[in-house]
Amino acid sequence: MLTLTIASHFPDWRTKARALLRAQISPSEVLWQAPGQASLFDSPIDSPSPIPPPKCSPPQIPRDFLTIAQTISHHASPDRWALLYQTLWRLTHGREKNLLKIPSDPTIARLHKMRKDLSRDIHKMHAFVRFKKTGEDPATDREQFMAWFEPDHHIMPLTARFFQKRFTGMDWTIFTPTGSATWDGKNLHLGPGVEKVEVPEEELDALWRGYYKSIFNPARLKTKAMQAEMPKKYWKNLPEADLIESLIAESQSRVQEMHQAPLQPPTSGGQNPYLKHLHELTSSEEKLNEPSDPSGGPSAQPQH
Amino acid sequence: MELQKKLEILADAAKYDASCASSGATRKDSTSGSGIGSTGGTGICHSYAPDGRCISLLKVLLTNRCLYDCHYCINRRSSNVQRAAFAPAEVVKLTLDFYKRNYIEGLFLSSGIIRNADHTMEMVIEVARSLREDHDFRGYIHLKTIPEASVALIEKAGQLADRISINIELPSEESLKKFAPEKSLKRTRQAMGKIRHRVENAKQVRREKSPAAKKSSESKFATGQSTQIIVGADASTDQTFLKRSTDLYSNFKLKRVYYSAFSPIPHPSAILPLQAPPLIREHRLYQADWLMRFYGFQATEIVSNDLPNLDLDLDPKLSWALRNRHLFPIDLNRADKLLLYRIPGLGIRNADRILKIRRFTAIRITDLIRLRVSLKKILPFIITPDHHPNTRELDHDNLRARFAPKPKQLELKLTT
Repeated sequence: MLTLTIASHFPDWRTKARALLRAQISPSEVLWQAPGQASLFDSPIDSPSPIPPPKCSPPQIPRDFLTIAQTISHHASPDRWALLYQTLWRLTHGREKNLLKIPSDPTIARLHKMRKDLSRDIHKMHAFVRFKKTGEDPATDREQFMAWFEPDHHIMPLTARFFQKRFTGMDWTIFTPTGSATWDGKNLHLGPGVEKVEVPEEELDALWRGYYKSIFNPARLKTKAMQAEMPKKYWKNLPEADLIESLIAESQSRVQEMHQAPLQPPTSGGQNPYLKHLHELTSSEEKLNEPSDPSGGPSAQPQH
Repeated sequence: MELQKKLEILADAAKYDASCASSGATRKDSTSGSGIGSTGGTGICHSYAPDGRCISLLKVLLTNRCLYDCHYCINRRSSNVQRAAFAPAEVVKLTLDFYKRNYIEGLFLSSGIIRNADHTMEMVIEVARSLREDHDFRGYIHLKTIPEASVALIEKAGQLADRISINIELPSEESLKKFAPEKSLKRTRQAMGKIRHRVENAKQVRREKSPAAKKSSESKFATGQSTQIIVGADASTDQTFLKRSTDLYSNFKLKRVYYSAFSPIPHPSAILPLQAPPLIREHRLYQADWLMRFYGFQATEIVSNDLPNLDLDLDPKLSWALRNRHLFPIDLNRADKLLLYRIPGLGIRNADRILKIRRFTAIRITDLIRLRVSLKKILPFIITPDHHPNTRELDHDNLRARFAPKPKQLELKLTT
């Protein structure tokens, strides 16, 4: 049994996987482990093994596989490297050339599921990252921001470009437990993750919370729909989320108040010249349309 | 008045507009710019309120002062609601500040009608102009336009915005006369017609013309228009709503018609007393709308003079299928695409998958299970090599009862 540690991300795995293919080591003979895992047990079995020398020429690897593998490499599942090597083995030494085109194969189904997990995670990161302003750079006059976000997977490198293209005009750093990204107007720098960053409170949070409170309509409570799209695990980093409970609690009495409120009679517009003008327009339109056409005039006929 | 209070009043005033889309804009970003913002691809919902609605844009009115007296509206002139008005610069700053924190995709700006249509439009346009020109803002902007505003102002709004919209509010001239006496269906349709023309013209220039023409103002215009209709405020039937939607989609190529269940508001009008919002009806109308836009259904198949309202218990496709049982069962391995789209329980995505899979292998029940199709719903209506429904079952009176929600038992009150 070979034990391999993947230190950096995808390129490291790719190099090792290629060497394993050439040495004709089957997936069942390899144990893939994350860095740090070895020192945890500190036994000689877990220390990285050297890959034996090549026995065959490098096999052809389909481009489609490399694309999907590169994406999957960001998934947090500990068996992702093993899964990818199994697939690679079957595509090459296993001679299952069309494997990727068979979504009902359990391994391929698993890879597709992982890819879906990643795209949802990326979408939610685009949505729920919250920047806080930390200051301004006196040299460049650029505003500076930071954010702390906890994605399910190692997706900082997959999302950084989106933030760069959108927030080009400001300096920012996003920290996640598995990676960070910094933009200074010229360079995008990807760095390691951090355990936890405290983000400062901002005065602007109060405005945003006021907005959130006011845009909510208490007469149409649908908390399940809310939670399906914004699961609770995201709430702790959203400045508006701690309002949710009280908004739900108060909604019923707020609606009751509306129903009990006195009905207000209509008012005439007084002598307002613009209203007079509008009413004249309408009545001349009505005269034109007689006998009245409920569909709104002759142009209501579909145009071809 | 302090900004916080203004924001709360003017967001509260804007929340009855259901539109929240931030998708469908031309792809743009800030790479070559001096500011911030990007659009394109699918929209992003940055938060959700407990009403289940997505919060994607800063949705506010410039002011909730209004000359009009639309009785479904909290901002009508006869309402006692507290009034406020933003200065354009305040909305610009709020939009940018919120955007920089990644709270929003952009701005949805509307306004009560003050002084006249043109004056109001000018104020709304000034906000968008400043965002685009003074700050090089490239995020999403949706501007509400007023049918009576001059052509030049609608042109300007369309050049600055990704989407523009005019709310039709009620489906017939008759209802507008009663509940929104200052509005006119005819004028709204005229304005929509002009906007349609301009949207298509700009699209064509972007697609076909020279690089110079592509940079000209001719190529710059919102990529679409949408509208909103309030459901349950007037006595209109679903037939009236779906006919109106057909009119709007076919004559004006609207991107979306939003159906908004008439919701209780503070300070209700004597002309239009409050009820509980008809949320299921709103949902059924959206389903019917989907059938018309994506599944090839005509409004006349979904509702008729004999059945002018949608069945609240069953989705409109299932309800249609039960009325047209002679067309079923349908052979999943032979039927063409449009016929597959008509099978209850089969959405467009799965129908398209079935078309692909059956080129290689016959579709069986196990395939449907893998595609996560609801067997309970689909089985009476289809044929596969391993499933022939009992045709008597399809003729059976009880078929509807199988799908309809169980009648609720009257609760016995034990307490006194």
